[in-house]
Amino acid sequence: MKLKDIVEKADLQVFHAGESWEQETGLGYVGDLLSDVIASGRKDMLWITIQVHENIVAVASLKDLAGIILAKGNQPHDDTLTAARAENITLLGSRLNAYQLIEKLIGLGVSGNA
Amino acid sequence: MPPGATSKGIVLSESVDARFRKLFSIEGGNFQAAGSVSKQIKMILKQLSIDNDLIWRAMIVAYEAEMNAVLYARSCEVTLSVSTHCVSLQFKDRGPGIPDIGLAMTEGYSTATREMRERGFGAGLGLPNMKKTADRFSIESVVGEGTTLQMELDIP
Ligand SMILES: Nc1ncnc2c1ncn2[C@@H]1O[C@H](COP(=O)(O)OP(=O)(O)OP(=O)(O)O)[C@@H](O)[C@H]1O
Ligand SMILES: [Mg+2]
Repeated sequence: MKLKDIVEKADLQVFHAGESWEQETGLGYVGDLLSDVIASGRKDMLWITIQVHENIVAVASLKDLAGIILAKGNQPHDDTLTAARAENITLLGSRLNAYQLIEKLIGLGVSGNA
Repeated sequence: MPPGATSKGIVLSESVDARFRKLFSIEGGNFQAAGSVSKQIKMILKQLSIDNDLIWRAMIVAYEAEMNAVLYARSCEVTLSVSTHCVSLQFKDRGPGIPDIGLAMTEGYSTATREMRERGFGAGLGLPNMKKTADRFSIESVVGEGTTLQMELDIP
């Protein structure tokens, strides 16, 4: 499914629609430790986290992730939003917690396996 | 570990036939610029037509080393060298140094502050992941002076 369709079906908040907006995405990952995500992140993966600092954008950009979803109603810091715009990284949000969000994304065909 | 020893026990082959070499510098404590050196390295590796899997591995080691420099050092000089057979990265910082390298290399060991942890750092996985990801890895450190990391990834 295209990222923009996932956004609509999972009712995600859009902080910034980046380069990946029209791309197909079928892979997800959840993590709040940047060392874990930089090591495990794969191209075109959607990353769910509760981290809101600007450093998440560099991680997504360096690993070519499809985008970042801030779970549990977390809002990006101003610096994070500025970085997402500058790097053109898709930055999304959800009121759901990580587990609830994963459940929903699995229903939309976003899996944990490459 | 004595200075000069490599924790994989392999002598690093700093290439004489580097077809590309570039220097960068990192400022300690500058979170906003954090990741920008890794990003430049990524762009160069792409321009040199390095295979994507190797670029992603290079990004793991570059980002971890860059973040450690931002988190713990005052400044750091980075040298990227690319030869026909390998990508080599050296991070040479001026900073507090590491008193016990064996401990620092242990998964889960971290001296990250609360503020760093709130940013998602401090899992104690950076150095172990660099060692796992690079084909060759060495670390040397002098307390009160700084730390030097040398990492190589073979081009298939
Ligand atoms: N360049 C450095 N200068 C001084 N101390 C360092 C340096 N790099 C690492 N250390 C020390 O080694 C510890 C372990 O480093 P490592 O990168 O493995 O984990 P971390 O940075 O604490 O957490 P993570 O990388 O998972 O976010 C650090 O907490 C710090 O005490
Ligand atoms: Mg680290």
